[in-house]
Amino acid sequence: MAYSTKAKDFYNNELTGIQQAGTYKEERFIESPQAANIRVEFPTGSPPKEVLNFCANNYLGLSSYPDVVDAAHEGLRTRGYGMSSVRFICGTQDIHKELERKLTEFLGTEDTILFPSCMDANAGVFDVVLDKEDAMISDRLVHASIVDGMRLCKAQLYNYKHSNMEHLEEKLKETQECRFRLIITDGVFSMDGDIAKLDEICNLAEKYDAMVLVDDSHATGFMGKTGRGTHEHCGVLGRIDIITTTLGKALGGASGGCVSGRKEIVALCRQRARPYLFSNTVPPVIVAAASKVLDIISKTTDRRDKLEKSTTYFRGKMTAAGFDIKEGVHPIVPIMLYNAKLAQDMARDLYNEGIYVIGFSFPVVPKGQARIRVQISAGHEKEHLDKAIAAFTKIGEKYQILGKSKNEIIEKYGL
Amino acid sequence: MSEDLKNLIIDYVKHEYLEEDADQEVTENTPLISSGIVDSFSMVSLKTFLEKKFNIKIPDEKATPEAFDTVNNMINLLKEFNVT
Repeated sequence: MAYSTKAKDFYNNELTGIQQAGTYKEERFIESPQAANIRVEFPTGSPPKEVLNFCANNYLGLSSYPDVVDAAHEGLRTRGYGMSSVRFICGTQDIHKELERKLTEFLGTEDTILFPSCMDANAGVFDVVLDKEDAMISDRLVHASIVDGMRLCKAQLYNYKHSNMEHLEEKLKETQECRFRLIITDGVFSMDGDIAKLDEICNLAEKYDAMVLVDDSHATGFMGKTGRGTHEHCGVLGRIDIITTTLGKALGGASGGCVSGRKEIVALCRQRARPYLFSNTVPPVIVAAASKVLDIISKTTDRRDKLEKSTTYFRGKMTAAGFDIKEGVHPIVPIMLYNAKLAQDMARDLYNEGIYVIGFSFPVVPKGQARIRVQISAGHEKEHLDKAIAAFTKIGEKYQILGKSKNEIIEKYGL
Repeated sequence: MSEDLKNLIIDYVKHEYLEEDADQEVTENTPLISSGIVDSFSMVSLKTFLEKKFNIKIPDEKATPEAFDTVNNMINLLKEFNVT
């Protein structure tokens, strides 16, 4: 047998190391559809518990919305379950082209190409548009999928301090001799919920003749007055060369992603993007449901308006209760606790109170920046928000952190 | 050890990785990567800086997080390229 004791022991030691480092990820089993109210078996083997979900990317509350589920059924009925093919052999249906057209229209771009996920879009796009004589200039806090995508690309890699425009400009000056430069950023950064300064980035891009790529996965569908994304929020519609985004968050939350932008770049992705060429087509059931989601959010902004209102309400009440919250307008609300154990303990106590949230610590966030990340959804009603605020306040009192500054929390609990 | 070389790298680290209002001290022995000041993704800036400054090419197998963890480690790495 080729699977030797040496190999087995090595993998076991790796797993033990992860456990000892406190970074071992336990999965919790959910025994209901994704929604504001879910039924969770945790710890494993315990009876299922009804909790309010404040940690999903279900921003618009459409993951289990009846019209979306009906559209998925209809897609399954009329276009089947699988395509057993990549796109370019026999995996492109009329509904794939229709969804790409709707995404183009919604995002305000020139063309769109679907990928199995946004991870795949990011893994594929850089190697298509850039080569070794080019430069990628990335914000330091971009999503891991962008980091991986850049590693697969031969272009020279530069990065700038998070959202620091002076530092970005230095890098643009430093790379003037390159053939093409691509500035790369998340639209919304997933751990802090802060928004890229896309207006300043676009101005710098024009000044230094660079292109701009934005991963808008935490924004598509709800940021901006009509939910187009961060580019609408920042007033730069039409000025972003490449948008990558996901169908796996606000847009129904199943899976799938896309590259949307300049038509030549999209066309070249169809020819050369390896995750597109060598993975199966997005299944018809997901395409049909995502298409319905775009119909819904193109017709009315009710859901994103409700999300905006709920976010403002929750952020206001939690600040008034005395929590240290990273300021912002995004439904990602980081409750700063700084100490990793405090974040884990409070998340566990909140779960016992019926509020499902997760504590994040190093290496997911920088050392000494542990927090509980709350995510608001249009699926939350006011009573859900009030229940969460009451539970947070009760647990915050227990740990005596309400009204305490960063330094006071660190003094009490350490880093 | 060349004081000039040490100060050159320390100044670059401060400028490249610390915010202007940071009151963090950086010496030749300050852990950079293991302490979280520089993450493995951002380390590329340091590598590029040293390569351009001294006109050398640091092969990937030598560009380890350990080799870049302190300014002293970087100075030792540079010695292999006759930079002192």
